[in-house]
Amino acid sequence: MFLINCPYCGEREQSEFKAGGEAHIIRPKQPTELSDDQWAEYLFMRKNIKGIQFERWVHTHGCRKWFNVVRDTSNDIIKAVYKMGEKPPIK
Amino acid sequence: MTKNLRVKTSKFIDETYKISFKFNGTTYYGYKGDTLASALLANNIHLVGRSFKYHRPRGIMTAGSEEPNAIVQLHKNSSRTEPNVRATEVEIYEGLEATSQNCWPNVNFDIGGINNILSPILPAGFYYKTFMWPANFWEKYEYFIRKSAGLGKSPTMPDPDIYEHKYIHCDILVIGAGISGIMAAKTAAQNGFKTLLVDEKPYLGGSTIYQNSEHFKINNQISSSWLDKEINEIKKFENLEIKTRTSVAAFHGYNFLLARENLTDHIPLEQRNNKTRQRLLKIRAKKVITATGALERPLIFDNNDRPGILLSSAIEKYTNLFGVACGEKNVLFTNNDSAYETAISLYQKGINIEAIIDNREEIDSKLIKEIEKNNIKIYKGYTVVDTSGYKRINKISIMQLSKDGQKVIGSKTSISCDCLGISGGWTPAVHLFTQSGGKLKFRDEDQVFIPDKYPSNQISIGSCNGDFTLDEILSNITNKLKEFLNIKKTDYENLEIYSSFNKSKRNIWLLPSDKIIGKTKPFVDYQNDATAKDIKLALREGFRSIEHVKRYTTTGMGTDQGKLGNMHALGIISETAGSKMGELGTTTFRPPYTPLTFGTIVGRNVGEYFDVFRKTPIHDWHVKNKAEFENVGQWKRAWYYPKDGENMYDAVQRESKAARDSAGILDASTLGKIDIQGTDASEFLNRVYTNAWSKLAIGKCRYGLMLNEDGMVYDDGVTTRLGENHYIMTTTTGGAATVLGKLEDYLQTEWPELDVYLTSVTDHYATVSVCGPNSKKIVSQVIPDLDFSDENFPHMSFKNTKIDKIKCRVMRISFTGEHSYEINVQANYGKSVWEKCMEAGKEFNITPYGTETMHLLRAEKGFIIVGQDTDATMTPIDLQMDWIVSKKKYDFIGKRSLYRSDTIRDDRKQLVGLLTENPDEVLEEGAQIVADIKKSPVEMLGHVTSSYYSPNLKKSIALGVVRGGKNMMGQKLIIPMENKQINVIVADPVFLDKENKRLNA
Ligand SMILES: [Zn+2]
Repeated sequence: MFLINCPYCGEREQSEFKAGGEAHIIRPKQPTELSDDQWAEYLFMRKNIKGIQFERWVHTHGCRKWFNVVRDTSNDIIKAVYKMGEKPPIK
Repeated sequence: MTKNLRVKTSKFIDETYKISFKFNGTTYYGYKGDTLASALLANNIHLVGRSFKYHRPRGIMTAGSEEPNAIVQLHKNSSRTEPNVRATEVEIYEGLEATSQNCWPNVNFDIGGINNILSPILPAGFYYKTFMWPANFWEKYEYFIRKSAGLGKSPTMPDPDIYEHKYIHCDILVIGAGISGIMAAKTAAQNGFKTLLVDEKPYLGGSTIYQNSEHFKINNQISSSWLDKEINEIKKFENLEIKTRTSVAAFHGYNFLLARENLTDHIPLEQRNNKTRQRLLKIRAKKVITATGALERPLIFDNNDRPGILLSSAIEKYTNLFGVACGEKNVLFTNNDSAYETAISLYQKGINIEAIIDNREEIDSKLIKEIEKNNIKIYKGYTVVDTSGYKRINKISIMQLSKDGQKVIGSKTSISCDCLGISGGWTPAVHLFTQSGGKLKFRDEDQVFIPDKYPSNQISIGSCNGDFTLDEILSNITNKLKEFLNIKKTDYENLEIYSSFNKSKRNIWLLPSDKIIGKTKPFVDYQNDATAKDIKLALREGFRSIEHVKRYTTTGMGTDQGKLGNMHALGIISETAGSKMGELGTTTFRPPYTPLTFGTIVGRNVGEYFDVFRKTPIHDWHVKNKAEFENVGQWKRAWYYPKDGENMYDAVQRESKAARDSAGILDASTLGKIDIQGTDASEFLNRVYTNAWSKLAIGKCRYGLMLNEDGMVYDDGVTTRLGENHYIMTTTTGGAATVLGKLEDYLQTEWPELDVYLTSVTDHYATVSVCGPNSKKIVSQVIPDLDFSDENFPHMSFKNTKIDKIKCRVMRISFTGEHSYEINVQANYGKSVWEKCMEAGKEFNITPYGTETMHLLRAEKGFIIVGQDTDATMTPIDLQMDWIVSKKKYDFIGKRSLYRSDTIRDDRKQLVGLLTENPDEVLEEGAQIVADIKKSPVEMLGHVTSSYYSPNLKKSIALGVVRGGKNMMGQKLIIPMENKQINVIVADPVFLDKENKRLNA
C-alpha cells in the first residue's frame, strides 16, 4: 500500500485516495467541432505505461482535492506530486 | 508400537510439566515446550497423514512452518475446528485434539490409497484432460472428485474467538529472531531507533540457539551460549518491542507489512474465552531488516516421501531442542556438510547412526573427520536410489554415482533404517523479499537465488541473503548494519569466530536411478504429489513457462506454496529444457507466507460490524412498524410494511393501491442531496445536465438527467433553485457519493474558472414524501400557515416554511405520478414530521410504503430507475427521453457522444413498455426477449428490466430494453422461459395517466 503525499494534507495511506487515470488529458473546448475519431481519441484512448506515468489522484477520504502524481508503474515509486494546473516537475 | 524416544533433557522442554493430548483418538503424553510434531515423534509416531492425490502415507518432514505433509485438523469442537494446521507449529497443551486429514476411514487404512496403485494413469494434468469431456458429465465427476479430494474440514458454527487488527509504526522492523535478527535488533535499539522484532516461533534465537557443538564458537563460547547473552541484553531495551509467535504474512510496497500474532493458540481451550486469539498487525516501517533464514532442501530420488524421511536439519532440531530421537536406526543422506552437524548432535546424545550417504566423492572438513573418528560409515560418492517400508521407512538402497553424476554404477547395497535424514543444501527464505517487489539473482556456485535489487528501504541479512556459514553471517552483518542504519560502529566489530563448516556441495536436482524415470516416484512437491516425472511430462507436452508448468503439475500450489521443492522443480525444468536457472526466473511467492485464518483477516469486522450501514432518522419508526428492509448502497431502506401476515406481494399491492386511491407516505431521506452555491452555479448545472437550467426561476424545481462523457445515463434527480446562486440537487440513493465525486472532478480539473461550491448534505435533512389525491389535505394540516393553492404552490415548485418554528423546505415534486409533496427538515426532526403526517393522514388511511411500492408506482408511470432500467449502455435517446436533451445548448457532459456513429444506430437497445397477452401473467425481471424462437441460434433482442402486477391498472406491466424497440410498437415478442413461452406486446412505457392529470388532482 503506497504512501501518498497529498499536496494539501501531507503523507497519507493509499486507502484514503482514489486513482483517476491518466493525467493531462484536456477535455476539448469545442467537442461539437470534432470528428468521431477525434472525440474517440479523447474519450477512450489511454496510455498504459510500464515506467514513468503521469496520473490523477483524489484525496477522497481527506480534503477531496484532485492532484497529479508521477509514478513509476514498474515499482510503484512515486516520483512527485503536484497540484492541478501545475506543470509536471519532471519529464 | 508406542515407545519413548525422548533422549535427553533439553532446556526448552519442561519435563516436570506433563501434557496429555489426543491424536486420531488415542491419548499420548508430551511435555510443555513440545510441538505436536515433536510429541508425536517422541511417541515414535511418524505416519500422520495421507498425500493429496495418491493418498500415500506421509510423515513429519520438517520442524517448522515449511512443513508440507504433517498438516492436521485441530479440535473436535465444531466452532473451533481448524484444518490445514502444521503439526510442526502447534504447541501442545492439555486437552489438545488433532486428527489426520485426507484419509478415510483412517490414516492407517485409507481407501483413497488405491490412487497410489492407479498412479501410472494419474499423470500431471490428468484431471484437466479426463474430466473435461464430455462437458455435461462434469457434475457427475465433480461429486466424486470433491469427496476424495479436499484438505480438511471447515467449521460449521460461528467462530467463538476474538480477533483484532492493530497498526504499528516503527523505525526498524526486524523479521526473524535468529542470530542475524538478534544482532540487528540490538544494534538498531542501541542507536535509538524504535524497533520491532518479530519471529514466528515461540522462542528467540533461531537455529543457533540449540547448537551445542564445539565446532561453532563466538568469542570462544559455544554459539548458543553467546547468543543467549545477546538475547538477555535485547530484552532490556525500552525502544525495542519483541513479538514471538508472530509470522509476517505479507510484505507490500512502501514497507507496509502484515503479520499475524498468535496469542492463545498454545493454551488450553477453556482458558481462551474472552481473550484475543490472533492479531493482524499492520506494520508501517521506515526500514525493514529481513533475517528470515534459510530452508533446507530435500533430495529428489525414488520414494523420497515415506514416513520416517525428514530433513536432516529437522532431525537435529528435534534432537537438540526437543530432546527427541526421530529413529533408532538413523541414516543421513546429504550433498553438503550440514548433515554432519546433525550427525554430531545425534552422536552427542547417544543416538545410533547407521551410515551417512554423501553424494560428494572427495570431501574433507573437521566435521567429517570427527564423524569418521567415531567409526560411523560414510558412503562417499553414493546416492540413495530407492526406499521401502509402506507406513514407515525400513530400508534404503544405495548405488555409486558416476563421475558426472548423471548415472548410477556398480551394484546396489541395502541399509536397513527407521529414519532417513536428507540434506540438499539450503535455500534462502526470500519469499518476503520477493513479495515486496525485490528482484533476485542466481548464484551459480551453490545454485541459490539471493536478493539483488531492493524495491524499498530494506536489507536482507544472514542466510536469507545467502550467507550460510557462521563466519560469513557474522562478518558481513556489521558492515551491512552500519551502512543501512547510518551508524559508526556496532558491538560486533571484532568477534572471534570459529566455524568448521566446509561450503562444498554437489548439487544434483534429480538424483539418477537404476530405473527409468517413468517407473519411479521422486516427489518434488510433497503436498500436491507432483513428481519429477510430472514435470518432465509437462515439458514434453510443450509447457515452457515456469508459471505454466507450475499450474499444470500443481507444483508449489499447496498450502505450503512448495517451500521445499520449488527449487528442484526449477532445476529439473532447466536441466530438461536446457535453459539456465537464472534466466528461467522463479515463480511468484504470494502472500500469505503461511496461511492466515479468516478470523485474523476480518478482525472485529464481523456481524453487524462487517460493513457500515446507514439508517435514516425515521428508521426506528419503520422498525417499530414491522417494515422489512432492503439494502440500497449502504442504506437500510424500508422495503415494504407487511400487515397481518401479508407476504411481500400482498403488502405491495395494498400499499400501491392506497397511494393512488388516497394517500401514501415514503421515507425519501436516503436520496443524495448536494448543496450547490456560487455565482456560476447555473452555468455549472447547464454543463452537467442534459437540459437547460439558466432560465429556471427561483423557487422552481426541475428534473435532470446526467450523462457520462460517453453519452450514457449516469444519474438523475430533481434540482431546486433556492436562490440566485443557490441550488439543491438530489441524486439517486446509491449514486450520491459518485455523483459528488464526478462533479468535484469536473470543477477542479476541467472548469476551475467556475465559482461553484459543492457540499454533501444528504445526512443533514430528513425527507418525508406524501403522495396521493389526499396529500394536499394532509400536508396542509401539518403546515397550516402555508398557502397550498395550485396558484401559489404549483407542481415543480418549492416553498421555505416552518413547522412549529422548525424551518423546512417543501417541494411539490412527484416520482409516483401522484399529486405529492416532499418535506425536507433538519434530520433530527424527521421522525416527528413523519409522525405528524401519519397523525394528520389517519382519516385518509395514509399508508406507509417502501421502496418496492415506490418502484411499482413509478413503473406504472414509465419513470426509469437508473441502474435498473439502465446499465451504462443506455443513452437518453435509447430511453425515449429525447425531450430532456437540449438541442440548443452548445455543450454538456456527454453531448458529443450522443451522435457518434454507434449511438445513432437505430438498432440499439431501447426502453419500451411490455404488456403480456395474458394480463395476469407477470414477467420475470432479467428474462430474455426474442422475436423468433425458431431461428437458430435464437437471437436475443433484449431483456425485461422492471416487471410488476399493477393493482391500479389491474394488469401485468413491464419495462424492458429491446433492440430497435422504438419502432416495434404493437409488435408481438416472445419471452422464452424454462417451461413455457410468454407472448408480449411492445407498448408505450407510460402505462398510467399519460396526460399527467393526477399531478394536479
Ligand atoms: Zn488531502
